[in-house]
Amino acid sequence: MSAHVNAPSRTSQDLSESITGGVGESPSRPDGNLKVRGDYAYSSDLGAEDMLWGATLRSPHPYARITGIDVGPALAHPGVYAVLTHEDVPGDNRYGLKIVDQPVLAEDVVRFRGEPVALVAADDPETARRALELIAVDYQVLEPVTDPKRAAHDPALPKLHPDSGCENNLVRYQPIVRGRQDVRADVVVSGTYTLGMQDQAFLGPESGLAIPAEDGGVEVFLATQDLHSDRKQTARALGLPPDKVRMTMSGVGGAFGGREDLSIQAHVCMLAMHTGKPVKMVYNREESFYGHVHRHPAEMYFEHGATRDGELVYVKARMYFDGGAYASKTPVVVGNATTLGTGPYEVPNVDIAGWGVYTNNPPCGAMRGLGAVQPAFAYEAQMDKLARALDMDPVELRQRNAVEQGSVLHTGQQLDYPAPVGELLERARKLPMPPERDPAAEPDIRDLPGGAANTTHGEDIARGVGYAAIIKNVSYAEGADDYSTARASLQAVGGEAVAMVHTAAAEVGQGLVTVQQQIARTELGVERVNIHPNDTSVGEAGSSSASRQTYITGGAVKAACEAVRETLFERAAAKLGHTPPDLAVVDGKLVSDSHGVLADVVEILGDEVIECTREYHHRPTYPLDPETGQSELVHVQHAFSVHRAVVDVDTQLGLVKVVALDCVQDVGKAVNPDAIVGQIQGGATQGMGLAVMEEIQVSDGLIRNPSFTDYLIPTILDTPPMKVDILERGDPHAPYGVRGVGEPPTISAGPAVLAAIRAATGLDLTHAPAGPDHITGTAG
Amino acid sequence: MRLNLTVNGKLYETDEVWEGESLLHTLRERLGLPGSKNACEQGECGSCTVYLDDVPVCSCMVAAGQAEGCSVRTVEGLADGERLDTVQQSFLDAGAVQCGFCTPGLLVQAHDLIERNPEPTDAEIRESLAGNLCRCTGYEKIMDAVRLAAQRKAVS
Amino acid sequence: MDFIRAASLDDALAIKAQRPDITPIAGGTDLMVGINFDHTRPSGLLDLTSVPELAEWSESSGVIRLGAGVPYARIISELGEHLPGLAMAARTVASPQIRNRGTVGGNLATASPSGDAHPALLACGAEVELASVRGTRRMPVAEFFTSVKRNAAEPDELVTAVHLARATGPQQFAKVGTRNAMVISVCAFSVALHPERAEVGTGFGSAAPTPRRAADAEEFLSGELTSRGMWDDPRPLPDTVITRFGELVAAAAAPIDDVRGTASYRRHALGVLARRTAGWTWDEYLTGRQTCA
Repeated sequence: MSAHVNAPSRTSQDLSESITGGVGESPSRPDGNLKVRGDYAYSSDLGAEDMLWGATLRSPHPYARITGIDVGPALAHPGVYAVLTHEDVPGDNRYGLKIVDQPVLAEDVVRFRGEPVALVAADDPETARRALELIAVDYQVLEPVTDPKRAAHDPALPKLHPDSGCENNLVRYQPIVRGRQDVRADVVVSGTYTLGMQDQAFLGPESGLAIPAEDGGVEVFLATQDLHSDRKQTARALGLPPDKVRMTMSGVGGAFGGREDLSIQAHVCMLAMHTGKPVKMVYNREESFYGHVHRHPAEMYFEHGATRDGELVYVKARMYFDGGAYASKTPVVVGNATTLGTGPYEVPNVDIAGWGVYTNNPPCGAMRGLGAVQPAFAYEAQMDKLARALDMDPVELRQRNAVEQGSVLHTGQQLDYPAPVGELLERARKLPMPPERDPAAEPDIRDLPGGAANTTHGEDIARGVGYAAIIKNVSYAEGADDYSTARASLQAVGGEAVAMVHTAAAEVGQGLVTVQQQIARTELGVERVNIHPNDTSVGEAGSSSASRQTYITGGAVKAACEAVRETLFERAAAKLGHTPPDLAVVDGKLVSDSHGVLADVVEILGDEVIECTREYHHRPTYPLDPETGQSELVHVQHAFSVHRAVVDVDTQLGLVKVVALDCVQDVGKAVNPDAIVGQIQGGATQGMGLAVMEEIQVSDGLIRNPSFTDYLIPTILDTPPMKVDILERGDPHAPYGVRGVGEPPTISAGPAVLAAIRAATGLDLTHAPAGPDHITGTAG
Repeated sequence: MRLNLTVNGKLYETDEVWEGESLLHTLRERLGLPGSKNACEQGECGSCTVYLDDVPVCSCMVAAGQAEGCSVRTVEGLADGERLDTVQQSFLDAGAVQCGFCTPGLLVQAHDLIERNPEPTDAEIRESLAGNLCRCTGYEKIMDAVRLAAQRKAVS
Repeated sequence: MDFIRAASLDDALAIKAQRPDITPIAGGTDLMVGINFDHTRPSGLLDLTSVPELAEWSESSGVIRLGAGVPYARIISELGEHLPGLAMAARTVASPQIRNRGTVGGNLATASPSGDAHPALLACGAEVELASVRGTRRMPVAEFFTSVKRNAAEPDELVTAVHLARATGPQQFAKVGTRNAMVISVCAFSVALHPERAEVGTGFGSAAPTPRRAADAEEFLSGELTSRGMWDDPRPLPDTVITRFGELVAAAAAPIDDVRGTASYRRHALGVLARRTAGWTWDEYLTGRQTCA
């Protein structure tokens, strides 16, 4: 950052701690030491001299016309420095990831409960809160649009975005048809499945610090998944050229998709620029539920037809996704859900359609497993239902229809990389089972459903086992030019060759910083690799989402390091006169098989720094035909995982204890095996949460449980031991053969848990999460 | 109001503390100790866990004034200078840290567990850490870390 | 808002008399949530954590006086044998960190229908001790809860203690939540056998506007035990008796649908908990075992 602004008292750190280990090893995290000391600076930890606190006034109504705003009394309150409304948005009062449809501050209408209406900057948080109370907003309350199916089809409903260009309240409609539409099958099963709204529930609240700069720009320290996307949208709202909005990543307390859309970004900058002082904003947990998008709830009708010996003949599906008040990632959800909606199975005849809609419900957008989580609950329930109808083993049915390399999906895309779904299923089946419960032994209640709450001593416990296999696309799709930028450098410091890697790619906890170090070590043959703080002074990296960063930013780091290495070799050739063709760098030395050690890297470098910046683009993808959904290559890569869940269900109380949740996943190449295991276990736990407890309850457009008291995520007592079996079937198109890891386990865990509960209870259970009232038939 | 308390062995005297403010807010925003985390501020996630007079508590649920004259130990006070506490080192070595936002609270709570119960069973570890939510790891490596820390403390 | 720390009970009562609107704070586990989320702004906070009279428990003539400020963690570690039902309930309160701070006094003052201690206090026939500068009084806990989150304390009174007879028979507590730890109860039930007076005590939570006893169920079960002579000659309880007990407990409930569960689930689950806990207590009575938290 430039020297003339107040430095925040704590900002993100250079990660100079270096731990040995290249690609394929499991070095520990370079930020780990800071994190265990409590010294890692998260975005809510920042502060600056003379700093003000920002706060947001939000709409109490899901749908209302604003007829007047009086900021006078709030502005007159002692200690208040600014009260801003839409009239104070310096630039364009619109932002959005895919469709620019969301106001920075509401103008004449609010479309969801929690929509930002006004901002305050004050001396301290309490003064800011009291000032919010003094802002008088007159609302004319309107009847909210809350039914997504009606929103798609009913022209009588108010059109929430009249300029959208789509009919009714549609954001996107996408059909995919392939093969014959008039086929009949020996056995047909069908069902309607619904999925509640899930929250990312990252622990670090939305927060950031903005510091006005003397050049009329602003320095922002924040937590996000994509700095450049934030900067583009924020600069537009501020009416500034992007280079005047300089963003630096602070520590990110988890993301899982919930930090793709803007939250505090434009607001905190507006307040800082208006007051000329540093401004900090931090949401509390309740505000956080209103301040970020959630996973789209869905209603899905599925019909599967098969031959008597278990070969899939056709799949028909109709899926509705409630995007809430603004579009966010709704178009991508529809694209992913329809292109992945048959699961990891070969189906000759397909008729799938997906609708994503606007309503006055809370906005929904990105969450881990975007658009693939919802249909997986449906198609895997259907596969079990079909297996029962055929009296066939559910794993065998899946194996019989599993895709493999060379398979053609219903979009017309042929899988030109390994797709070992049958093998994943086989290995999952062979994983050791947890020990049977011994009904004679005195149970530890903590091992039973209900846990320490003492609800059963072993009565009415039924065990069930369930499997799920899933498919997920990796990286951006449908023709997006997906790329990342990396700057790598090499120089001698204190007699040692030291590399530096600089990207804008967000470290959100997944371990990208470790992976970048590993790649640089492998490519540059040096041990010490520093990671420069993420900021916008380097080119775009794209978002830490879609399981893409190890692939795309990993590819960019690899390319930049290769370029540095080439330059090093050229210098070596110049200095040494001649270098052999099999030159390599190992342990800081230039070596070759034929000539042994030729020189120290440090000697070749001298006082000079070699620095190279490279972009990595994945191979082009293509959009879906809007009517047939066909595309020669809609996704650059697919990833596959299989989960096996073992559950104990208290059939009388409907309480569930997941006993085991084991995963087999193909990762292409395990760049950091230990970190992959951590990703799979963490991802699986989120999927399990969606299967049994996680749901944002919305009625009449209002969130009824915006707290961690009533939005429950799994505790350590809810989470079982999780075995992980990693396959490495490299993707020839990807750097090192890697395959995206982060999302698949979230997708496969939930359906496996539900399948296990169905197996234990014999119930259909068509809604996720399956709560105690569903399991006991008392849902009312 | 004025507040006097000892944190990590150091005496702090601070003015203008708001009467409704939590100990967590005081630590983070007034005393320059943001290691304890503000994830839920409703006692549900444990990320703000600190020792208050040697007893682990959610500092978000303690009114700052209630800590007057008390001794507080936060995550920043676990290490002995450069040397990490065994629990901290074990979290690193077991790969129990991802985003790290839950880590400070977990470290204090796990530290207390092993102090009171040097050889905890898995069920005891789970019951003891049930108030510390983690959204990244699925807890498996946290279990590994606590087991490892208990083993290491037993032999040291 | 101001903040006053009481140094003694007299001090606290004097302040409460002068400032009936002031909000007492002990563990803070309920109040601080409201303050942190800007749902409440008390005119002042009266800190009770330094009042020595509230921080201890004592026993005299088989009756425990449990100071309102004794945290749940101490109830579990020190009173598991004396007050097994309450100790079991204490173990289900939130997390260890919360149990280190939260108190029965705070639970009573909040008087939420979901307060974890309440069913056990009801089943034990506990008395609430209330004090003010005007004096001290005691009332049965069943009369203390007046409506949703309302209690019978006068504005100048503080909850200073609960008085409970030391257990003379088995006691159980069970609570349903939608995960396996860290839950507010969807419904909870406690049962206590009082063989010395041939009575059964019950209490349930989260299934009516206030915590309640299931009086018909109590009378039914104690009547069956007495008429069958089973207090003195314990034999296995017939399934029909257990089933009927569960039905009567469920019938005593007046639950609502809310974000944590449906009314119909609550009524159903309460019946299940009643049957199971009754079975466990009777089994303990039969075998002479006792369960501790």
